[in-house]
Parts: sequence; C-alpha cells; structure tokens
Amino acid sequence: MNKSKTIVIVVVLGLIVSASLWYGQHNGLLPIAAANEADLYDSLFNSLLTIAVAIFLLVQGILIYSMIKFRRPKGDNTDGEPIHDNFLLEIIWTAVPTVLVIWVGIYSFDVYSVMQNGRPMSMGMGMPAMTHNHLGMEAAHADSLVSDSNIIESANTASNVKANVKTETDPLNIDVLGMQFAWIFSYPNTEIQTSELHVPLGREVKLNLSAADVIHAFWVPQFRLKQDTIPGMATSLQFTPNKLGTYPIVCAELCGPYHGGMRAEIFVETPEQYQAWLTQEQEDVANSRNDGAIASAPSPELSDGHTEFLHMQLTTQSQKMGVDLKSLESLHHLTSHT
Amino acid sequence: MQGVITDSTPNIALAEASHAHHEHPDHRVFGLIVFLCSEGMLFLGLFAAYLTFRAVSTEWPPAGTPELEVMLPAINTIILLSSSFVIHQADHAIKKDDIKAVRWWFLLTFIMGATFLAGQVYEYQHLSFGLTSNLFASTFYVLTGFHGFHVFVGLTLITIMLIKSFQKGAFLGGKHYGIEAASIYWHFVDIIWVVLFLMLYIL
Amino acid sequence: MTQVIVQAPSSESFEPNKSSDKGKWREYFSFSTDHKVIGIQYLVTTFFFYLIGGALASVIRAELATPDSDLVPPELYNGLFTIHGTVMIFLWIVPAVTGGFGNYLIPLMIGARDMAFPKLNAAAFWLIPPAGVLLISSFFYGPSSTGWTAYPPLSILTDQRVGQAVWIASIIILGTSSILAAVNFVVTILSMRMPGMGMFDMPLFCWSVLSASGLVLIATPVLAGAMILLGFDLLAGTAFFNPTGGGNPVVYQHLFWFYSHPAVYVMILPVFGIISEVLPVHSRKPIFGYKAIAYSSVIICVLGLVVWAHHMFTSGTPNWLRMFFMIATLLVAVPTGIKVFSWIATLWGGKLRLESPLLFAIGFISMFVVGGLSGVMLGSVPIDIHLHDTYFIVAHFHYVLFGGSVFGIYAGIYHWFPKMTGKMLNEFWGKVHFFLTFVGFNLCFLPMHLLGLQGMPRRVAQYDPQFASINVICTIGAFLLAISTFPFLFNAIFSWIRGEKATDNPWNGLTLEWTTSSPPIVENWHGDPVRRTGPYDYGMGLQDTEQPLAPTH
Repeated sequence: MNKSKTIVIVVVLGLIVSASLWYGQHNGLLPIAAANEADLYDSLFNSLLTIAVAIFLLVQGILIYSMIKFRRPKGDNTDGEPIHDNFLLEIIWTAVPTVLVIWVGIYSFDVYSVMQNGRPMSMGMGMPAMTHNHLGMEAAHADSLVSDSNIIESANTASNVKANVKTETDPLNIDVLGMQFAWIFSYPNTEIQTSELHVPLGREVKLNLSAADVIHAFWVPQFRLKQDTIPGMATSLQFTPNKLGTYPIVCAELCGPYHGGMRAEIFVETPEQYQAWLTQEQEDVANSRNDGAIASAPSPELSDGHTEFLHMQLTTQSQKMGVDLKSLESLHHLTSHT
Repeated sequence: MQGVITDSTPNIALAEASHAHHEHPDHRVFGLIVFLCSEGMLFLGLFAAYLTFRAVSTEWPPAGTPELEVMLPAINTIILLSSSFVIHQADHAIKKDDIKAVRWWFLLTFIMGATFLAGQVYEYQHLSFGLTSNLFASTFYVLTGFHGFHVFVGLTLITIMLIKSFQKGAFLGGKHYGIEAASIYWHFVDIIWVVLFLMLYIL
Repeated sequence: MTQVIVQAPSSESFEPNKSSDKGKWREYFSFSTDHKVIGIQYLVTTFFFYLIGGALASVIRAELATPDSDLVPPELYNGLFTIHGTVMIFLWIVPAVTGGFGNYLIPLMIGARDMAFPKLNAAAFWLIPPAGVLLISSFFYGPSSTGWTAYPPLSILTDQRVGQAVWIASIIILGTSSILAAVNFVVTILSMRMPGMGMFDMPLFCWSVLSASGLVLIATPVLAGAMILLGFDLLAGTAFFNPTGGGNPVVYQHLFWFYSHPAVYVMILPVFGIISEVLPVHSRKPIFGYKAIAYSSVIICVLGLVVWAHHMFTSGTPNWLRMFFMIATLLVAVPTGIKVFSWIATLWGGKLRLESPLLFAIGFISMFVVGGLSGVMLGSVPIDIHLHDTYFIVAHFHYVLFGGSVFGIYAGIYHWFPKMTGKMLNEFWGKVHFFLTFVGFNLCFLPMHLLGLQGMPRRVAQYDPQFASINVICTIGAFLLAISTFPFLFNAIFSWIRGEKATDNPWNGLTLEWTTSSPPIVENWHGDPVRRTGPYDYGMGLQDTEQPLAPTH
C-alpha cells in the first residue's frame, strides 16, 4: 500500500474517531439526569454510543465507498478477484469485537453493582415474598459475586460521578402499589397514602414495589431506573435524587387499555419542603379521619359491599388519585401489605 | 450420505445410490427421531416449569395437598417399562420377516399400554384433589394428562399397525417403517414417563 | 484438479411431466407436494399477511400522529399492535424465510429432486392459512389485546377471553407448522445432498436454514408449553401464572422468551443465508470467509438458546441471572460481526451490479448494522433498564426485523423471481421501490430511538405532548412505507403475468438452481444435476468449463 493511500486512511479513521468521541459526549439524546444513578448511566451510555457511532461510520462509509468505487463498469461482464479469505483480517475482526464486548460487559457489571448500592449480586431481587424454599437454596450467595469495595471505588472514579450527594445514610423507605391505572405511594410509619411521590434531595430512597392486579413497571426516565411491579412478588428500586424538580413516573409494562395514561409525578424537594409536605399530609390524614375515613382505611362496613358507605369513602383526594369503586375493593383486599 | 470418491477412479455405483429413480433411501426413521427430539422439548419445558414452581415455593407440595400414593403408579411404571421390551421384540421379529410374532408382540404391548392408561384413570378417580385445587395439583394433572394423551396416540399407532399387519405381505421385505415407527414412538413415551414419575412421585 | 465424472449415467432417463402452462395456477391452490409450488404458496400467502400487518401498522401510526388517544377505542388499539406483532412474526417473516425461501431453494441448491417429506411439507403449509384466518377474524369479536407477548396476569384477566383463547390456538397451530417444516429441512439438508457435496460444499443458505431449523425444533415446543399452561389458566381455572392462586407470572416469561428469543434468530438466519447468496452473484466475487460464516451460523444457533432473559432485565429476575444473560447476549455480537465484516469484504473489490437485488442486500447490511449496534447497547443490563419497554426497543427490533429481514427478503425476491416465475421484474420500478422503502423506513424508525431515550414508553395510544412532532415524522415515514409497497406489488403481479422472459441464468450465478430452467421442471433437472464449480467460484475462470467438478470429500 502506497504512502498517500495510508495517509488518507489514517485521516479518515482519525475523523471517524474524533466525530464519534465528540458525538458520544455531546449527543443530547437523554433527558436531564436527576439522580446519582443517572449520572453513572449517562457515562456508560455515552461510551457505548461513541463505540457504536464509530462502527456505524466505518461500516456505512465502507459501503458507500464500495458502491462508488467498485461499481461494475459498463460493459464489463468479467468477474472480480477470487479472494476467499484473509487470515489476519479475520483474526482482527473477531478479536476486536470480542475485546470490546468484554469491556462493555465489565463496565456494565460495575455500573450495575454500584446502582444496586453494593448489595451482593445474589438472589436479592425479584423473588417471591417468601425467600426460604424447599430445595434449601439460600437467598444470598455472597462469595464471588459480592461487589467488594474495589469494584465500587473503581466504578466511581471511572465513571466520574458528580454530585454524589448524600445527606442521611438511612434509606427512605416508601411503598409503591401499581394498579390499573394509578400509582399509590405509602409512607411507612405514617398513614399517608398519596398519588404523588415526594422525596427529599440527596437522600437514598428505597421503593418497595408491588402490584395489585397485573404487571406494571415503575419508570422515571430522569433517573434511568425501571422495575416491574409483579402481583404476588416483592420487587424494589433504589436511587438517590440529586436534582430538584418534578419528574414523570411512567408505567412501562402493558397493563390494559389505559396503560398510556398511567402516570404520576415524583417531586424532588429540599429537605425543608419535603418535611413541610410530610407534615401537611399527616394533618390531612388526621382531618379526613374525623370526616369519616379515607378511601383505603380498612373498615368493617366495606365487606358488606355497602355502596353508599363506599361512596362516602371516596373523598375528593382519592378520587383525584383515580380510585374508583372497583379499585377500592381490590385495594381493600391488599391492605395487609405495608 | 456423502460419496467418497478417490481421485482418479470413477465410481459410478456410488452416484447411483441416491439418484437411481426407484431406490429412495428411507429417511423416515431419521425424520421421526428428529421430530421426537422436538416433542421431547415440549415435556422438558413443562418439566422446567414444574421444577421452577417447586424451587420458588416455601412449601411443596402446597399446604393441604395429600400425599401421593406411589404403589399404583410404580406398578404402572413397571408395566410401561416392560412394554418397551415387548415392543422391541416386535422390532426384532419384523427384521426377520416374522409377521406372526409381530402381531403377538404388538397385541401384548397394546394390552400393557391400555392397562397403564386404565391405571391412570383409576388413579385420577381416586385422587382427592382436582385440576384447580392448587399449583401442584394443576401441574400434576397437566403433566400426567399430556403424557397420557401421548400414550393414547401410541396405542392408536400400535392398533393401526396391528390391523395393517393382517394385510397380505405387510411390512415384509424390509418395508417395515410402520413397525419401527410405532416402536420408536413407544420408547419415547416410556422415557418421558420415567422422568415424569421420578419428578412427581419420588423427588 | 483431476476431472472426474460425477454425473451418474441414468439407466432410466427421466422424462418430466410436461404440464401445460394453462391451468397451472390451479396448482398453487392445491395440496401440491412439489417443493417449488409449496415455496411459492408460502411466499405469496405470507406476503398477503405482511400487507395485513402493514395495514394494522398504518392505523397504529395514524393514532400516534397525535398525543391523545383519539382515533380508535383504547381496547381496540391494544388489539391492533397485538395482532400486528403476531402477524408479522408468525404469519410473515418466520414462514416466509423458512417455508418460503427454504422450501423453494434447498432441494435445488443441494441437487435433490424434492424435500425429504413432500406430503409433510404440504401439510405444514396448509396449517398456515386457516390459522391466519382464525387470528384475523378475531377482530370481529375482539382480538387479543395483551401484546404479542401476552404476559399474565393481564392475559388471564383480560376482557377479551375469546380473542385471547383464539390467539393461543393460532400460535399453537403456527408453531406446529414451523416444527414440521423444520424436521423436513434438517433431514433433507443432512441426508439428501447430491453425491460429492459435503457439508462444506453446500451453499451458505443451506447452513443458515439448518441452523434456523435447529432452533425451531428445540425452542418452539417450549412456547407450546407456555401456551398450554396459559390456556389452562385462561379457560380451566388453574393458576400456573396467577399469583392469587399461588402461581408465578415470571415462569411464563421464561417459557415464552425461551422460544421468542431464538425466534428472532429463526427470522434472521435464513436472511443471512439469502445475503450470502445474493452478494457473490452480484459482486462477481466469491463469498469471503465461507467457513467462518458457516460456523458462525451454528454458534449463533447455540448462543441464541441461552440469552432469552435479556428480555426480562427489569422483571422479577435476580441480579446474578441478569449478569449471566448480559454476558451471553454481548457475546452473540461476535459471530454476527464476523458475518457482517465478511459480507463487506465480499463486496470490496468486486464488480458491483447495482440493481435491485444488490441494492436491497446492501441496504440490509446497512440497516441491520444499526439494529445490531442498538442491540449490543441493550445487552448491557443498566442500559436496558432505562430503555426496556420504550420506543428505543421498538426502533431496535424494527431495524433488525424490517431493515434486516424484510430488506433481505426483498433482496431474495428480486434475485430469485426470474428463477421462480420465468419472468424478469422491471428494474426501474425495483429501484423506485428500494428508494421509497429505504427513505420511508428510516424516516419512520430512526426517530424512535430518540423517543425511547427521552421517555416515551411503548404500547401506548396517548403520550406526553412533547413527543408530538417526532411522532408526526414517524407517521409520515410509515405512510411512505405503505406507499412503497405499491410499486413492488404492481411490478410483481404485472411481471409474473407479462414480464420479459427470463433465461436459465440471468445473473450468471454458480449455485445449482441456476443450472436448470426458469422456472425449473417438476423434478428440477432432466437427468441428474451436475456440479461444475463450487457455489462461489467467481473469478477462477471456471464458468465456461464443460467439465463437472471433482468432489473434494
């Protein structure tokens, strides 16, 4: 291969690499990142996008070049060169992708470990509510899969996590119930049940997810986190919000005709705002109790199927939540869950 | 099925093997075995479901399920297993063109298979749980039921071949695919049962 | 190379039935056992269902042109995308690439007169039209509306019980058809190659169909198991997947995806095979890396069986399981990459005949790479967690299934239409078809990547108004796609009836189907087929040789 050809190839490759690197970091394809987990995600995503764009440009470039350069000249009905293989080339295009995917795998494993917050990579998620089972398979095999501090540290530095904001070390537990077609959030140790999710900035939140009827999925795009809520099974999601704002909670598993309308909002507030909201909610609970019970408080009359009484139970708030008679009954069915 | 031809010897006889117009090699046994491997995957999928339900349950069988009686199904298993040996004799016999022996072996296999099914029906009638009683019950009935259905198909095949065997010249002269097929299918049904029996009754 | 006569002197030279052309069309509506007739029956029938699937898509995109659910009732909308997906997979791509191209080409490519089991072949085909009619007619009373994935408990608690039951029945029938065809392919390819044709002498299309058939045989019965248990839950009161009765919905997902992931390889592998056939002929160059492509088909088949839970990364799956499946999924990129690079190397330095078959083949490579890259990204668990069940997924699988399989099918149709019908397709309208399809396809599906990343879930009729303008672009692309089918349809129909007559070998191909007439006679060749060259021996000066090929094994 002559010198000028080599130069051209090097320049083109250089352009592809630069373009990919630039676009990878400035793609603007993702919504704002509002949680620590989202920052981790975005670094990984940008890296993967860089590689993908490079490969894309390379392949499309070669294809277009080929279509121009190797177009059959008019009248030429002869064959091309009988080239069947090229050992070196084939080794390269086997080895390079292999190395790339292994790198992607390791990087992803790291990111995932940190997102799971250093919990052992064992059967920690998504098992049915009972964990001890017939065959004696333990719920935690903590040996080789435990993410040790090394992994977390290297992942943290490697991914340039910014604003790893944390105020309290204790996660804030919130129960989430998905039902056709609404989300209901309960704050343990209070009697708050609401259709809006409020959380304070910088504190780790652990959502205990469940579903009343069919499979739903809890998704906040700005956190890059999603988890199915499955009837009969306890699942969970944790995150640390790091940006104030209001973000959509989108149901991301087909759950019936109004799946598209099943949305809620999460309010990331300052700790003061959050406290204020919490206090207000608790007052509302106390007040409505005086007026004659909130929709979901268990009450003996419910089992009568007393329609009138049920109507009284539907305060404006619960109606705003989208709770109707049918969901009321199914809710009652599940009040054992906290 | 590839022709191996050395460099300089024209080997015409080889080429004719696959393309002589009237002598088509019989691929049906191969085809049947391929199909049965696939059918086996149906059972494997159902077995996997059963084992998964078992693995993730706190209590198995679920509370309130009566203990399964093992004696009758064990006897049934012995009958079915033995019937495989019986039908195998028929396979031997037809390769020696002994059509009379084939008829007897097939009849005996039929009786043993029918006994197995009768035993299953008897068991079903005397079980205190139904299809929808609980998860174990449902999987029990679906697994044994599907297997039983396959036994029924096997009995049908045996019957058809048995009837055919009374035709003049049936299955003679190497044209015994029907006998072989019924036999292979029957072994398949047997193997599935052994796994089923171990999984449901013993483990 | 010593010249050895492989052709057997036929002691009885075979005279085919010379059926007259008039009334031949009746054959296509009959229980013909001729693999070529069956192949065409499959291709025409599946294309018809493709049009139905496309019509459903048009209504879906019309609804999505506005953010509100304002065109069709919500339950019907869910039925639209459910049946769209089901039709496109089970009534279009799977049967078209296996039953259609597989049946037509395999016996010809290996020098056989027909498939191993011609009657079984016909039976497998004739299961398709009734199953299709059954499925489509469910629109009269309320089709299944739980997605082509039919996850319980939704699919057990659905208001469309009859529609759901009919859906289950259709899947079981179509799965059976698929299995029966696969038995035929495995036995035929392994046992009926002409003498002297070893496994590594047969065209790569045969390798791809063999691999795809292996997947069908192993995985489809597990889907049947899932359907049976789901059916019992729906109709008989059992609770395999119903938590209120002690069941587990995630078990269904495992059973379902154990099939449905390999299913995508079933849908793409034969198309890989088509591309491996089209590229050498229209570039006048041997396929690059024959053995690598053959082996990678088998590797994809094996790996494809152990990646299914990457569809369940956000489901009730433990962390260790997610990690395992992530690794296996990422690894599949390697054999796939080997194929893509080998195809590109085939084009490189060739003499490219830039007509419709090659345009669609190059379009295939181009679009499939996009889908493959988004697929590798999705293989990463954390990445997938944000993107699962969003429009990013819809973009990904349409790039591999439309940009991949459909483009590849079109490449195959343009390439083999002369052989199948004895007529040439009009090249000008072929190019129009290609450009309209390429533009419409990208306009419709490229923006969907952004929609998913930005937060739009899938399977919805109403969405956040911020996504409205992008959705309008997608809808325009979809309508352009709809329009693009017309030049093809008219071209195909008109050419079949009154097109320019085709010679035996209009493209100067080297595989065996080009050594007989267009269309081939009933038992494919007068006398026995003769191999004069390997399937990809371009540029070796062998084409004009009178001598048949010496066998290498």
